[in-house]
Amino acid sequence: MSTTVVEAAELEKSYLVDKSTVASWLLTTDHKRIAILYLGSITFFFFIGGIAAAAVRLNLLVPEGLIPSAETYNRLFTTHGVIMVWFFLVPAVPVSLGNFVVPLMLGARDLAFPKLNLISWYLFIIGGIIELYALFIGGVDTGWTFYPPMSTSFNQSHVVLAVIGVFVSGFSSIATGLNFIVTIHRLRAPGMTWYKMPIFLWSLYSTSVILVLATPVLAITLLLLGFERIFRIGVFDPAIGGDPILFQHMFWFYSHPAVYIMILPGFGVISEIIPVFCRRRLFGYKFVAWCSVSIAVISFFVWGHHMFVSGQSLYASVVFSLLSYAVAVPSAIKVFNWIGTMHKGFIRFDAPMLYALGFVGLFTIGGLTGLFVAALAADVHLTQTYFVVAHFHYVMVGGMVTAFFGGLHYWWPKITGRMYPEMWGRAAALIIFIGFNVTFAPQFLLGYLGMPRRYHSYPPDFQVLNVLSSAGATILAAGYLLPLGYLTWSLFRGERAPANPWGATGLEWQTPSPPPAKNFATTPVVTEPPYTFPPPELVQNRV
Amino acid sequence: MSDTYAPHEFQYSSAEHQAGTALAGMWLFLATEVLFFGGLFLTWIYARSQNLAGFDAGARETELWIGTLNTGILLTSSFVYSTGLAFARVGNNRRLMQCCFAAIGLGLAFLALKFGLEWSGDFDKHLWPVGPDFKFAGEPTEGGARLFYVFYFIGTGLHGVHMVGGIVLVAMIAWRARRREFSPLYVTPVEVVGMYWSFVDIIWIILYPLIYLIGRS
Repeated sequence: MSTTVVEAAELEKSYLVDKSTVASWLLTTDHKRIAILYLGSITFFFFIGGIAAAAVRLNLLVPEGLIPSAETYNRLFTTHGVIMVWFFLVPAVPVSLGNFVVPLMLGARDLAFPKLNLISWYLFIIGGIIELYALFIGGVDTGWTFYPPMSTSFNQSHVVLAVIGVFVSGFSSIATGLNFIVTIHRLRAPGMTWYKMPIFLWSLYSTSVILVLATPVLAITLLLLGFERIFRIGVFDPAIGGDPILFQHMFWFYSHPAVYIMILPGFGVISEIIPVFCRRRLFGYKFVAWCSVSIAVISFFVWGHHMFVSGQSLYASVVFSLLSYAVAVPSAIKVFNWIGTMHKGFIRFDAPMLYALGFVGLFTIGGLTGLFVAALAADVHLTQTYFVVAHFHYVMVGGMVTAFFGGLHYWWPKITGRMYPEMWGRAAALIIFIGFNVTFAPQFLLGYLGMPRRYHSYPPDFQVLNVLSSAGATILAAGYLLPLGYLTWSLFRGERAPANPWGATGLEWQTPSPPPAKNFATTPVVTEPPYTFPPPELVQNRV
Repeated sequence: MSDTYAPHEFQYSSAEHQAGTALAGMWLFLATEVLFFGGLFLTWIYARSQNLAGFDAGARETELWIGTLNTGILLTSSFVYSTGLAFARVGNNRRLMQCCFAAIGLGLAFLALKFGLEWSGDFDKHLWPVGPDFKFAGEPTEGGARLFYVFYFIGTGLHGVHMVGGIVLVAMIAWRARRREFSPLYVTPVEVVGMYWSFVDIIWIILYPLIYLIGRS
């Protein structure tokens, strides 16, 4: 007993036990604690959105739809979309994993503006409560895109409340993005030059640029929409000379870059995991770094590819199509770089690496099918079908959610000071991979055959593929519930984690797990570039 | 605080480091504001291009003298505040506080003219674009004029909200100046608030011609 006391006294108190009152958590400005608050919140929203998705898949088991009312069905898929996009995918990696590791990776004590960080969480929670209230009292049936005049004139659901919820949570995104950009510019440890930064930081920097510059446009657009909805008169109202297509331009000017808000952090996570578990330096570091930046820049010029059939100018469509192809180039470069990193590596198949491998495959499918819908002629056939649904779920769920789980497992020992049970981790990664493909691969076929999205019923010919998809969803759900169970278990019973369980190189691994409240005993000095792993021959000799 | 040592938060290496970071944060915040109002101005100009006659008819009903006077008041307010910043840089907290009060006074005068006088007059003239009472109802320019006043009320309302926020911030600077918190070594909050206060002017400088000047003749 006396030895444990000495051990505890030796170490500086970790951030988890530094103070233990409820107020010390709810009023904390420690980026690590705010990351935990955010992690809990987005997990909650992930399961809310997931329940709505489960109901959607349940309905589609039979051609006439199991849910009696088509309107209820519309409200369910809208709930799924709104919650998953704004309350899970957009914030997920930056606010939880990013919040936790950005200052640690930089060798900083905290983010530049810790109070702003806390405010951002409260804004997120306020927005989330408004959104949940809107859904609880009846929900919205416009789809997550809120297109007028559907959302403004032809609709009895709670559009205004839902829009306010998204509006408020948008400011939490802006606050986080602003904090990250300023922190990365100003709080790098001595010696931490831009090219010595881990790729995760480059990704989050690019993400933050989009968060900061695109989200305000969504805010003003939703404000104009809210005005129009409340007063039944406004900017998007064609009856008085307004333009509903203008809403689509404004909305997608945010929402297409927002797709990259969702996926870029995922790229960053994967770029961290692959070198560590292959014991290889990241192949083409500068290419990967600048690809993140160029994706962020190009993402602002492709929004019109959501509007090929809206009646916009054909010449505009041609240009948007071309630019959409351009954005595929940096994305593909990254995939090749990850594969190049693995080539001749000494690969360990721990759970984070399994997720990373899943990510590379699923993202590649999601990305390539994106080219189908970026092609003008093909899109006319595929638009508004399940092909599009499958495409973006391959990117968002197969890509982004998989990367989130990979990152969560990778940094779990650092965050909690406990190891997760490895066999369970690997099992869950495999179950999620299989479940995901069974759910969404049939939807490509359904879409190609012409099944429209957002419909409550479908012709009986499509039933086999729909049943397959719903069956896959149950596997996927089981896969997502597993980590909830064993990660929670590991909080109390998991093996104690050492400072650097993976033999990784970032600064976050040079401080104890979990880190002390002020992150580092002394300010680190950086002399080495990232990912300086010994060549694999040496590693093999050691084994 | 003492004249020789400026404190800083634990995450920064020095007071200069903290000061530069705070300024960077405000610049970036203003960039988000540019995109926010930029979206409004874009839709405004686009809608105008589609409804020229209606927008011109609407613009002719606005109170040019109030808008012009308010422009002068707002620019003067920023000038006064910047003078306060110059005083703060030489450590004169008393003059800074007085400048803040003057800036707040001018800001409140703007709000009184804008919302007390102008908006109430607009309502009396049936310029609120919602409902059958609208002044232009039944005329060929009705739709465009309604759109103009949708933008007018949203634009001036949003600007007013930013004004109120700015006045609160300037009041906080006045309070801290009263407690003699600023010194030649520590003026960052004064500068950061000044950036915001001047930005509110810049928005107005774009709103002013959009509302009162373009299409008036």
